[in-house]
Amino acid sequence: MRASAWSDPVFRWLCMICAMLCGLLMVAFFVQLAFASGEAWSEFGLGFFVSTEWDPVRDLYGALPSIAGTVFTTLIALAIALPLAFVSALFIVDAPPWLSRLLGQAVDLLAAIPSIIYGMWGLFVLVPLMDRLWIALGVDNEYGGLGLLTSGLILSLMILPYICAVMRDVFRMTPPMLRESAFGVGCTRWETARDILMRYGIRGLLGGIFIGLGRALGETMAVLFVAGNIMKVPLGFLDGCTTIAATLANNFAEADGIQRSALFALGLILLVMAFAIQVLAQYYLRMTSAKRGEK
Amino acid sequence: MDTQQEPKTKIRARKLSFFYEGGHQALFENDLDIPERQITAVIGPSGCGKSTHLRTYNRIYSLHRGQRAEGEVLLDGQNILDPKTDLLALRRRVGMIFQKPTPFPMSVFDNVAYPLRLHFKLSRKEIEERVEAALQGASLWDEVKDQLRKSGLALSGGQQQRLCIARAIAAEPDVLLMDEPTSAIDPVATLKIEDLVLRLRERFTIVIVTHNMQQAARISDRTAFFYKGRIIEVGPTQQLFTAPKEKKTEEYITGRFG
Repeated sequence: MRASAWSDPVFRWLCMICAMLCGLLMVAFFVQLAFASGEAWSEFGLGFFVSTEWDPVRDLYGALPSIAGTVFTTLIALAIALPLAFVSALFIVDAPPWLSRLLGQAVDLLAAIPSIIYGMWGLFVLVPLMDRLWIALGVDNEYGGLGLLTSGLILSLMILPYICAVMRDVFRMTPPMLRESAFGVGCTRWETARDILMRYGIRGLLGGIFIGLGRALGETMAVLFVAGNIMKVPLGFLDGCTTIAATLANNFAEADGIQRSALFALGLILLVMAFAIQVLAQYYLRMTSAKRGEK
Repeated sequence: MDTQQEPKTKIRARKLSFFYEGGHQALFENDLDIPERQITAVIGPSGCGKSTHLRTYNRIYSLHRGQRAEGEVLLDGQNILDPKTDLLALRRRVGMIFQKPTPFPMSVFDNVAYPLRLHFKLSRKEIEERVEAALQGASLWDEVKDQLRKSGLALSGGQQQRLCIARAIAAEPDVLLMDEPTSAIDPVATLKIEDLVLRLRERFTIVIVTHNMQQAARISDRTAFFYKGRIIEVGPTQQLFTAPKEKKTEEYITGRFG
């Protein structure tokens, strides 16, 4: 009897168990966070989402500043990184082979830089630079270069390589004949990229965007250094801010009781946000697939 | 096929040579005249340079690194190989159909409207009219008029290729280049496209590259035979197929190689 006769079912079971473990782990995260944050939810209720308090003395906690900071920094990061990634991917794909390889690897290396390095560079280089820039421009600059815009900038650098790598693949996988057709009807390079390549690769492009989005949402270290860690809803680009992940990292060490529970509640919100983005992405792709004619 | 009057020459290639990246030469100082509103077939074994020759007529090759053409290609007397040529305007005048259908990832309507919006400033109504006219012209209107919002990619292969023809004729070009347009299409759909090409002959100057000699014989007025980057023989299709002047042509059309 060949070994496969008995090893095959075993292997299949093993695969199944591993696959199910991933799903179970996901559920376990939700359950644990929901459980640990129970106290905060029963104390603050839905008001937790809109409260801007974070007062350990009176034990009053609200999530709005952290949520707002997370959303705003992420949006800024995407707004900067998306067009940059798009044009650099376009250039890299069309560049002569040696340059294409060189630049491609340079962008990929951005992804290999540990986030703490981004944070340090941000704090010691970018923040003073921004500070000087605002002073030179005569802009009121209360937080000395820290804050929303700087955080968004750092984040955009961190997610750029992911988005760019995906976009490069998408552009490379487009059938050459489709590109030639676009040029054949009189498109410029830009029109070809915008109208044909982007539509053709929308699935991959969205995938890249969501990978970037996911990373930006949860990024902790880099933001911690440059956000200013101000528990206020940022109202301008130069305002100091915080994010959910930064708030968690800053406060867990000395938190107990209901503050600890409030932090778990923040964690739960972050997880739900990341999850919702995935679901939305899938939903969007399904809704639009008919329009793009995927059979 | 009718020879009442000597037609005007639309495209005149003179001493046309072509080089791929690294200097590999694919065409050697070829001369070729393409008569207006006729179908010129370009035949020859694979790798003989027939597609390469066609691709100089709209300079689509210039999209690729390191490819260059030497000599002259005169479209209505104007040398389009001149670096000053406006490529976008050239490609409005010279449409192209590829080996495989290449509908854009958008609706049937938008596939045809897209080049119109690119080249002209038209009202919605004008666009609708011209899209319908182009789809009529490509013998596709009756099949798709109720599904204009459907994706172009959802059509059958033959329909997709006719959609690409509609897209190419929408901007009213003078010349249609067809690079083995039926090589990926089933035989029935191929006959439909051949009928269509014959009808388009009244309005456009057509150059069709084909590896299918029957196809060349069925639809073309003139045929050029390419071999190893050189034009061996050009002549009226019937003459070239029944009484070729060159030995190489005869060997090819009788199937001794290729």
